[in-house]
Amino acid sequence: MRVCLQRPTILFYTFIDKKIHLGQGKGGCSVRRPFVHASPLSRGMADVAVVADKMNVRDALNSALDEELTRDPLVYVMGEEVGQYQGAYKITKGLLEKYGIERVRDTPITEMGFTGIGVGSAFYGLKPVVEFMSINFAMQAIDHVINSAAKMLYMSGGKISVPIVFRGPNGAAAGVGAQHSQCFAAWYGSCPGLKVLMPYDAEEARGLLKAAIRDPDPCIFLENELLYGVEYPMSAASKDKDFTLPIGQAKIMREGKDVTIVTFSRQVEIALKAADILAKDGISAEIINLRSIRPLDRPCINNSVRKTSRLVTLEEGWPQHGVGCEIIATICDESFFYLDAPPERICGADVPMPYAVNLEALAVPTMDDIIRIVKRCCHRGRAAA
Amino acid sequence: MAALSSLRVVVPQVDITRGASGAQGAHSAGAVGDKAFFGLRSGQRLGAEVGRVTLRGCGVAVPAGNVRATAAASKVVKEKAKSEKAQLLVTKEEGLELYEDMVLGRSFEDMCAQMYYRGKMFGFVHLYNGQEAVSTGFIKLLRKEDYVTSTYRDHVHALSKGVPARQVMAELFGKTTGCCRGQGGSMHMFSAEHGLLGGFAFIGEGIPVAVGAAFSSKYKREVLKDDKADTVSIAFFGDGTANNGQFFECLNMAQLWKLPVIFVVENNLWAIGMSHYRSTSDVEIWKKGPAFGMASAHVDGMDVLKVREVAKEAVARARRGDGPTLIECETYRFRGHSLADPDELRSPAEKAHYAARDPIVALKKYLLENELATEADLKSIEKKIDDVVEDAVEFADASPLPQRSQLLENVFADPKGFGIGPDGKYRCEDPGFTAGTAQV
Repeated sequence: MRVCLQRPTILFYTFIDKKIHLGQGKGGCSVRRPFVHASPLSRGMADVAVVADKMNVRDALNSALDEELTRDPLVYVMGEEVGQYQGAYKITKGLLEKYGIERVRDTPITEMGFTGIGVGSAFYGLKPVVEFMSINFAMQAIDHVINSAAKMLYMSGGKISVPIVFRGPNGAAAGVGAQHSQCFAAWYGSCPGLKVLMPYDAEEARGLLKAAIRDPDPCIFLENELLYGVEYPMSAASKDKDFTLPIGQAKIMREGKDVTIVTFSRQVEIALKAADILAKDGISAEIINLRSIRPLDRPCINNSVRKTSRLVTLEEGWPQHGVGCEIIATICDESFFYLDAPPERICGADVPMPYAVNLEALAVPTMDDIIRIVKRCCHRGRAAA
Repeated sequence: MAALSSLRVVVPQVDITRGASGAQGAHSAGAVGDKAFFGLRSGQRLGAEVGRVTLRGCGVAVPAGNVRATAAASKVVKEKAKSEKAQLLVTKEEGLELYEDMVLGRSFEDMCAQMYYRGKMFGFVHLYNGQEAVSTGFIKLLRKEDYVTSTYRDHVHALSKGVPARQVMAELFGKTTGCCRGQGGSMHMFSAEHGLLGGFAFIGEGIPVAVGAAFSSKYKREVLKDDKADTVSIAFFGDGTANNGQFFECLNMAQLWKLPVIFVVENNLWAIGMSHYRSTSDVEIWKKGPAFGMASAHVDGMDVLKVREVAKEAVARARRGDGPTLIECETYRFRGHSLADPDELRSPAEKAHYAARDPIVALKKYLLENELATEADLKSIEKKIDDVVEDAVEFADASPLPQRSQLLENVFADPKGFGIGPDGKYRCEDPGFTAGTAQV
């Protein structure tokens, strides 16, 4: 066993000894004697994920982190509960046991502090992967994400680059309330200097995270909590330890000729199911999975709309200034005269996420919404050729 | 005599005047309390013991700097403790009130766990079992118009503050009869009527809010010349929060502006799975107060009577205008961080140690031993609380889910978002107002 494994416990004991000398703590004293805690590591619970034919998104992310930590000693992981707790969502399970406390760092609850520390270390060539327990918590650190990381290369005249990755679950989950459910794709996507990635399935999660970690620019990697446990088939190529996906390239999930649906993250799944139902009604929908909000794959979207002549954008975030707005703008810029109908946006409701279960269901797009809007788009204006 | 009756509060005397002369104590001129715990006496010269002082009771050496404990202070602590032995800390009514409040908190949280596992509640639910003494000890001393802020572990703070159990349970079920109409949820309990200002998912977020509420109280007093404005606000938060930047910023500003706020750290040693000892360079949180010149205390948070004694002093200080206090309460949560937490990292020995110090059991013992209440009294309280909690569940079950139309309500206070016109009414109510005209 590596020495690192023992270190957490050893540090713990020396700490206790120091405290005993300082005080004869007997009830009522402010110095409490820490108890000895068994770590799940010693119980053999934590194992790094193995790449397989079918993986869930959680394991795919875990395997990507594992491979990148092995490949490059400058990579390290930092965040709340990433180490001993095995990750708040278990994305980093087994990593502490394998790489030790210097490379898998549990932090106090200090988003602004540890994000800034990560950014500063990236200036000097380290490659931090900073985990936010929820991307909503990144709002406490957004100053560093934008001002220290995204703008740095520009402000320094190209001299200081920031090869950092910020990652965490983004957007609505189930019943977690207004402060845990915001989608940040649009906010981060509007900032030049920051790459914004939003994977959908396990293969994308793996490929894009590996690409982001190897990337010289700051990347923010927006995952989805509801997809963590969902299994997807993995291609043979994706099992390779150097498998990376290109950033800034969308994927056409399903070819079609009547309407283009542009979406990302969890809504891809729902759009694919809606497309099956629409096909029965004679509407052939082309589904584009953006994968990357910034840089946005404008050629892909435009080529698709030139083919189908109709556009529907789909996202879970708020409508005003959302990702859909940028997609529609790019179509109007480049492919306006190819449109047969006004472009439609399907977004989350323009309210903070309510807690009540029925209101929450109304606040996020559903399959019925997609079908209804696509049909409306297809039956409005000139008929497609 | 029950062990609870001896008061063991360790308080450093805080000297905010640096330099040799302690005589320019910059603090409330009038209210020189006779309690040496927190009050700095104007004109009092500092005692001979400057430098390293051993605080009574625990032998912790406190370095000099901002904190200088006078010999007089320790002596007063000793004397007070001795005289306390002869007196009871609560009357029968108070004791029963405290007992009822703690039992309500405990039963309610146990019911929440049941309801969660039955699927009636969802999302994140963080239970307060084991920490009731802190909530009851502080909040029962407040008035209805005083303010409380909390974190996501806020059900019991809401109940102690007076929000009816029915409304809290309905909110947890996401029904329209909940205190936030079902829009907030477990982590976002608000009640304007009861002065409960949340309920925040981001820890540390409640602290500036509480300080702001205290600011409004001081503002009303000084700018609006309302002599009756002496509301106090309390911010409850945990050990993990004490590492967050907002905490330090607020300690500084609250002390600088001498705001009537109390910072209560519910130190239960764990922030999800992160032990306090692994995440904090100096684990004694109460020591962070003196760094800002703030009076602070550490108290056994599993003992409601001790908490109450300290709280009385802190609340009195705040109401007098003597400024903020930082109080670290040593406490423990019997359940995991949330109902989704496997709780594998805490050792069974630690859990057993604190289970033996259950605050409700301790108070019961105190009341019975000092003949403040009989078994029958306590049993009847427990029965009453069972009924209250059952009734709350039935009410919440029977309440309707919010209407569809409620989804878009309450985004703005202003009905149409056009603002207020020169006549002081909403522009959208003015029949002559046409939307989109900048001139109007």
